[in-house]
Amino acid sequence: MPEVTSSAPEEGRAQLSLEQFAALLAALRGEGWRLVGPTVRDGALVHEDISGAEELPRGWTEVQEAGTYRLARREDGALFGYSVGPKSWKHLLFVPRLRLMSAHREAEGFRVESEPTEPPRLALIGARSCDLHAIAVQDRTFLEGPYKDPDYAARRERLFVVAVNCGQAGGTCFCVSMRTGPRATFGFDIALTEVLEGGHRFLAEAGSERGAALLSRLEARPASEEDIQAADAVVERTAQSMGRTMDTTDIKGLLYRNLEHPRWDDVAQRCLACTNCTLVCPTCFCSTVEDTSDLRGDVAERWRRWDSCFTLDHSYLHGGNVRHTIRGRYRQWLTHKVASWWDQFGTSGCIGCGRCITWCPVGIDITEEVAAIRATDGARSGA
Amino acid sequence: MSPGAPLAAGAAGPMTPEPLRVRSLRRETADTWTVSLDVSRRPGGFPFQPGQFNMLYVFGVGEVAISISGDPGRPAELLHTVRTVGAATHALRGIGRGGTLGVRGPYGRPWPMEEARGQDVVVVAGGLGLAPLRPAILHLLRHRAEYGRVSVLVGARTPEDLPFRRELARWQEDSRLRVLVTVDKASPGWTEHVGVVPALLSDVEVDPARTVALMCGPEVMMRFTVRELERRGVPDARIHLSLERNMKCAVGFCGHCQLVPYFVCKDGPVFPYEKLRPFINLREV
Ligand SMILES: Cc1cc2nc3c(=O)[nH]c(=O)nc-3n(C[C@H](O)[C@H](O)[C@H](O)COP(=O)(O)OP(=O)(O)OC[C@H]3O[C@@H](n4cnc5c(N)ncnc54)[C@H](O)[C@@H]3O)c2cc1C
Ligand code: SF4
Ligand code: SF4
Ligand code: FES
Repeated sequence: MPEVTSSAPEEGRAQLSLEQFAALLAALRGEGWRLVGPTVRDGALVHEDISGAEELPRGWTEVQEAGTYRLARREDGALFGYSVGPKSWKHLLFVPRLRLMSAHREAEGFRVESEPTEPPRLALIGARSCDLHAIAVQDRTFLEGPYKDPDYAARRERLFVVAVNCGQAGGTCFCVSMRTGPRATFGFDIALTEVLEGGHRFLAEAGSERGAALLSRLEARPASEEDIQAADAVVERTAQSMGRTMDTTDIKGLLYRNLEHPRWDDVAQRCLACTNCTLVCPTCFCSTVEDTSDLRGDVAERWRRWDSCFTLDHSYLHGGNVRHTIRGRYRQWLTHKVASWWDQFGTSGCIGCGRCITWCPVGIDITEEVAAIRATDGARSGA
Repeated sequence: MSPGAPLAAGAAGPMTPEPLRVRSLRRETADTWTVSLDVSRRPGGFPFQPGQFNMLYVFGVGEVAISISGDPGRPAELLHTVRTVGAATHALRGIGRGGTLGVRGPYGRPWPMEEARGQDVVVVAGGLGLAPLRPAILHLLRHRAEYGRVSVLVGARTPEDLPFRRELARWQEDSRLRVLVTVDKASPGWTEHVGVVPALLSDVEVDPARTVALMCGPEVMMRFTVRELERRGVPDARIHLSLERNMKCAVGFCGHCQLVPYFVCKDGPVFPYEKLRPFINLREV
C-alpha cells in the first residue's frame, strides 16, 4: 500500500475533474476490483458490472412516485443524477439463490460438502448513504448474531465502496426522517459529491486508508473551502427536497400498541401480497431452504433462496399457517420494518429508501400507513 | 443468549449437517417413533440442555426441527421422538436402522432448570409436547433432592396417542413424582382422567410463591393452562412455554420463526410467559 501523500489534504478531501473520476474507476479495475455501478437496463437504473465511467447513466434521472417509476432525461450531463433504482446492493451480498451444500451418497450413509466461499472482489460505484445504512442493518443479521453467515461474511469482506452523496432526492425518499442520509457518514472507502454548478466535478472524501491512498494516486487538487461549500450546498438542497417524511417518534410503541388497529383491515383490502416490497427492500433478509436430489438419488443439494413474509408458506406449520390472511402478513411486514427490528437488532429495519413505495403495484406507501395509524392511535378493529 | 455451543458450525458453516447413523427405532404410538442416533464417534457424545432441539436432515428430502427427547445426563445417547405428519417426517421414519440422518444443533433456549432449583415444578404436556419435556423430567429425577414437589400433567386425544406410555406408567409408580394423565376420549379399560389438561391443575396443590411451570403442547391448551396458573397466583415470569413456528435455519437467518420481536429459534423455543403476554393472544402473530 502506498503512503498517504500530501496530494490528499489533511481531511482527506480532494477535488476531482471528470477525467480524474474516470481515472479513479480505471485505477480500481487496475487493482483487480470488479466494478459494479448504475447503468440503464430495460427502462430502469440497475447495478450491473460496468467497465468504466462511460457506462454510467449520464444525463438520466428517474421519476418515482407511489407505484410509478420511469426514466427521464436531464438537462445536464450528471452521472449520478438520480436516487435509487429497484435493485439495491443486497443482491451482491445476500445473494438471491445460493447453494449451501451438497451431499453425496456413499456405501454407508452420505458425505456432506459445504460450499466454498470465494466471492469476487467488488467495487460498488455510487452506493448511497441509505444503501450503506442498509448494509449495516444486514450485517447485524448475518454477522453479529450468535451465528455468522460464511457466504455473506466473505462477500462483505471483499468490497471497495465508492459512495455518492445524493444530489437529488427521489419522489419516494425519506432518508432525512430515518436519519440515514443523504450524506454518507460511514461504510465507504471514498465518498463523492457530484457538483454541477460552476463546472462538472466531484468533491472526494476518503473514508479509509486505502481510499485515501487511491485518491492520492490521482494527484487530485486538495479541496478548497469553496469546493467544500459547493458540495455541502448540493447535499443540503437534497435534504430539503425529500419526497416523503415519516414521523418516527416512539414508532415502536406506536406499532406495538396498535396491532389491532382497523388500518390493517383497510390496507389488507389493497395489498396483493405480491412480495415486491420485500424483494426490493435492501434490509429484508428472509430466505427459505430447499433440499433436492438428482434423479438417481446419489447427489443431494441444499439451496437458499430469497423468501418473503407475504407468502402463505412463510408461516406454515403442519395443521395451518400462522399468518393466513393478508392483514396478518402486511402487519408482520410493517411492524417488523419499523418496530420489532429495534428489539431484534437495535436499529430500524427501514432506512427510508422508498423502494417499497415505488415498486408496489397498487401504490401502498409505508409512510402513509404509519401516518394513518398515528392519526388514530389506539383505534381497534371491530372484528 | 446462545446456550449450547454450535456443534455443527465452524468451518462447515452453520447450515451444514453432520451425518449420524440410526441406531434404533422404537414405536411410541401409531404415528410416532423414537429414533436413537449413534454418537459414539463424537468425543463427549451429544451434550444438550433440556428443551433444546436439532435440525434433522433426510437426504435430498428436507430438514425439520425436532426436540431432543433423551436424557441430558446421558450424552452418549441421542434421542428424538418424531410424529410422521408430512414429507420430511415420513421420509425420516422410512430411514430405518443403519440408515443415516443429517443433524445440526443443539439449538434454542432450554428450560430454566437452574431457576427452578429449590422450587416446586409443574410440568404440563399436551400430546407430543411431552417430547421436549421428557429431558426436563429426567433431569428433575436425576437431581431430585434439589427440587421441591414435582407434578407432571399429561394429556392426549386418546390413550393410544400417549407417547412414552410405559415410562409414564413407571413414573406413576414413582413416589418422587406426581403424575396425572388425561385424555379427551377414553377407550375401554381407561381408568385415568378424561378431559382437558388444564383441568388436571385442580388436583394439584400449587404454592404460587414457589412454583415454576414448564409447558409444551397445542397453543390453545397452553393458553388455558396459563390462565389457570395465573388464577392460582403463579407469576408470569415463572410460567415457561415452548413454542413452535416454521423453521428453515434455526440460527436466526431465515426469518420464518418470528413472533413479533422474537426469533423462536434463538430467543426460544422456551419463553417465560411474561415475554409472550403482549403478543400471544393476538391472532396471526
Ligand atoms: C422447536 C421445534 C421443536 C419441534 N419438536 C418436534 C418433535 O420433537 N417431534 C415432532 O414430531 N415434531 C416436532 N416439531 C414439529 C416438526 O418440526 C414438524 O412436524 C415438521 O417440520 C413437519 O415436517 P414435514 O415435512 O413432515 O411436514 P410438512 O407438513 O410436509 O411440512 C413441510 C415443511 O414445513 C415446515 N413445517 C411444517 N410443520 C412444521 C412445524 N410444526 N414446525 C416447524 N416447521 C414446520 C417444515 O419446514 C417442513 O419441512 C418441532 C418444531 C419446532 C419448531
Ligand atoms: S421498508 Fe421500504 S423504504 Fe424502508 S428500507 Fe425497505 S424498501 Fe426502503
Ligand atoms: S419484513 Fe417480512 S420479508 Fe422482510 S425481513 Fe421482515 S419478515 Fe422477512
Ligand atoms: S428458524 Fe430461521 S430465523 Fe429462526
